[in-house]
Amino acid sequence: MTTDTTTKDTAPGAPAPGTTVLDARGVTMRFGGLTAVRDVDLTVNSGEIVGLIGPNGAGKTTFFNCLTGLYIPTEGEVRYKDKVLPPKSFKVTAAGIARTFQNIRLFANMTVLENVLVGRHTRTKEGFWSAILRGPGFHRAEAASRARAMELLEFVGLDAKADHLARNLPYGEQRKLEIARALASEPGLLLLDEPTAGMNPQETRAAEELIFAIRDQGIAVLVIEHDMRFIFNLCDRVAVLVQGQKLVEGDPATVQGDERVIAAYIGEPMENDPGAAEAAEVEAAEAAAEEKAEAAAAGTGAGADAEAEAEATTDAAPGKENDR
Amino acid sequence: MTTQTTAATPAAAPTENASTGLIGIPPHIGRALATGGSALAVVSTFLAWTWTDEFPGDLTFYGYPGGLQVLVLVGGALATLFALASYGVKGLGWLTPAGADAALKYAVLGTFVTAWYTVLAISFKLGGLVNLEPGGYVVAAATLIALLGALALPFERPEPDPIDPDDTGWELFRHQAGHRWAIVRAAFASGSPRPVRALPSYAEILIIVAVLALALVVFTYGIGTEYDELFIGFLITAGFAFAALNRAGLVAHASQITARHTNITVCGAFIAAACFPFTQTDDQYATLGVYILIFATVALGLNIVVGLAGLLDLGYVAFLGVGAYAAALVSGSPSSPFGVHFPFWAAVIVGAVASLVFGVLIGAPTLRLRGDYLAIVTLGFGEIFRIAANNTDGTSGPDLTNGSNGIASIPDLNILGFDLGVQHDIAGFTIGRFANYFFLMLLITAVVVLVFRRSGDSRIGRAWVAIREDETAAEAMGIHGFRVKLIAFAVGATLAGLAGTVQAHVTYTVTPEQYLFAGTTPPNSAFLLAAVVLGGMGTIAGPLIGAALLFLIPNKLQFLGDFQLLAFGLALVLLMRFRPEGLIPNRRRQLEFHEEAEAPTVLSKTGA
Repeated sequence: MTTDTTTKDTAPGAPAPGTTVLDARGVTMRFGGLTAVRDVDLTVNSGEIVGLIGPNGAGKTTFFNCLTGLYIPTEGEVRYKDKVLPPKSFKVTAAGIARTFQNIRLFANMTVLENVLVGRHTRTKEGFWSAILRGPGFHRAEAASRARAMELLEFVGLDAKADHLARNLPYGEQRKLEIARALASEPGLLLLDEPTAGMNPQETRAAEELIFAIRDQGIAVLVIEHDMRFIFNLCDRVAVLVQGQKLVEGDPATVQGDERVIAAYIGEPMENDPGAAEAAEVEAAEAAAEEKAEAAAAGTGAGADAEAEAEATTDAAPGKENDR
Repeated sequence: MTTQTTAATPAAAPTENASTGLIGIPPHIGRALATGGSALAVVSTFLAWTWTDEFPGDLTFYGYPGGLQVLVLVGGALATLFALASYGVKGLGWLTPAGADAALKYAVLGTFVTAWYTVLAISFKLGGLVNLEPGGYVVAAATLIALLGALALPFERPEPDPIDPDDTGWELFRHQAGHRWAIVRAAFASGSPRPVRALPSYAEILIIVAVLALALVVFTYGIGTEYDELFIGFLITAGFAFAALNRAGLVAHASQITARHTNITVCGAFIAAACFPFTQTDDQYATLGVYILIFATVALGLNIVVGLAGLLDLGYVAFLGVGAYAAALVSGSPSSPFGVHFPFWAAVIVGAVASLVFGVLIGAPTLRLRGDYLAIVTLGFGEIFRIAANNTDGTSGPDLTNGSNGIASIPDLNILGFDLGVQHDIAGFTIGRFANYFFLMLLITAVVVLVFRRSGDSRIGRAWVAIREDETAAEAMGIHGFRVKLIAFAVGATLAGLAGTVQAHVTYTVTPEQYLFAGTTPPNSAFLLAAVVLGGMGTIAGPLIGAALLFLIPNKLQFLGDFQLLAFGLALVLLMRFRPEGLIPNRRRQLEFHEEAEAPTVLSKTGA
């Protein structure tokens, strides 16, 4: 039911929708008896920044992993530019989806430049024999790769540190390097898993600008984040995932005003049985919301209140995130 | 309260601590003692140390140092030079770019240990101190004085960590012991070397030539040591001298200079290695040379698999065996079931291709595993190869390998009319059978080095390192992990097979027992891996040096006998405790293991 609402919402929400880049239909992921992601639909159009939010453990990263071939969805399919994605992460990257990781996964003992060059892997063809024989083609391809990698480093502002070891970079720059590495594979869609986790406000703002710059290059962006201000500034469209299910999707204002979202995030103070209490709370809120769904979706009401509450969540989020 | 002290002391610390060494002798006297003692040690090597030539090396002559005396002479000379440099004598400043004191301490310590080892060895071997001539007493006293003097040299004492008042006695003891150990380490620590001045490139090349010549001399001396005591003395002196040069900053300078001319250095190293047979008068040590080279080449091949791609392969020697068996089967040996005699180039191709096929066949199913599981499975396949070779003898299986008897009397190679089995006289030098094979093997080593360097610094090499660093992330960057790992596995196997084709001819016989997992004689899988780890993973020089040491030490120290493997294991445990990155560390690895080490600002090249 929620899906229907969203599709209606999206059409006016995105003013200049390009072609659909990513189309996930009915993605379900089960681990044994646990259903981490249940029947999630999501589309991302070209030139769009889509946010994916939800409380911890909502299945956002699992959903990401389903998109990038790290997990094979139990049900449903993911299409990239109308082609069903292969279930191998390197093939997904070759198809044009690049990603970053929630806990930074750089090649710590390689230099910054080498990290980006590794990202160029799918866009270059030189194999073992070419490396041994070192013909003119090898040197040309290597020089081109280096030039492109330096360009990307310049784009994220790391060109001066090209020869440093990745492990020696400060945290914020490691995040930037991960983005540069992902961009090196020339993706049509970039998936960012909590790109600002652990960043201070200045760094977050810089990341925001970086993501806008990436969008301006024609790359669609799907971003998971807990920083609500960041998400609502950045995204053209936001989807909320709660307990593996998509709760609501729409433009930032709609989502911000949705009571179910607020309930899912804030909930009751957890006491004896946190899981059950939370679930009951969400269900209750959902039931309540369903009755007055139209009113809530219009979002004229408690806009300011929602803003304040979203802020409160933002403050709580980093602390939770660091534990992971 | 403790915190206040620590905050206050730094101002006072330098003045207070600067004047104290490990021993309470005033530093200027200490320095004089160290200098005098070292010089006296040099002089004493020209005296007789014992009266009889029963002790090997004949230390009975005046004015003519022999055997272990030469080592003490070298150590003493080095110590004297560092001591003079520490006085700031003009023209010696280049010796100590990172400060002279730590280098002096190591040099003096090395001289002391060598000299006392010699004196004690004489006393034990000949039965008592009476066998020492005055020269022996002089050298013992001189080196002891020098050592005491050197230990009195000032150094910067580390601040003790504040003591937690709640500590139990045991914790206090540990705390104090830790602090004492930190002081001792600080006493032998040196500053960071100043950067190398820009020299004209001909001068730098001359320095590289000198360094390589020194390495050749050291290697030739080490391989030519005739008795256990001399080899032990050689190890002691070489180890401490290297540490001293390292503390002096000379090693850092040399590596900076060689890094500027990598191609010249690599070519030079091969020329130096090719000079080795010409320094020998007979074939005795060329034999060792060619075995070391086989071992080192295979270790270098393993370094691609382990060092670059991070795949722990415990059955690597099987690929050497496949290459050797393949070459032996087509060599025209009478015990080969195929009565064919291929020319060498064809045999090399057969050996390499056989290893490649074997590598892919083993790799394809096993490389789906990671880490320890991969190690266990490769270990199993290595043993399967040996047992299969044992059983395909015509009775318990098809007749292919002649079972445990192996393929014997493999004929010598004849390349373009050059018979490698007989002596040749080249420009007045006699080049024997093993020296011939040494040259051939050197060619194979060159191929392996080329493959290692070029593949390491390329798209595929970066993919290997990325897989080693983080396989999931590498796959997310579009690297087909399985394929890239299979390529690494296959390349490693092929290179080992290449070495195996030569090995078959050098040893005349190929038997399954040459390709064990662990044995007393290298190459076997355990020793190969040890050579890589000991030398330094991911480097070219590391496995070569590791292999040379691992071959020479069991070979030279015959008295170890049955305890060889025990000693080997102990040495490995100690090395892993104190220098996990290996003797020749990859700069990245050094950082990985020693967080406190300062980061070099610039790194280049994935491999070396």
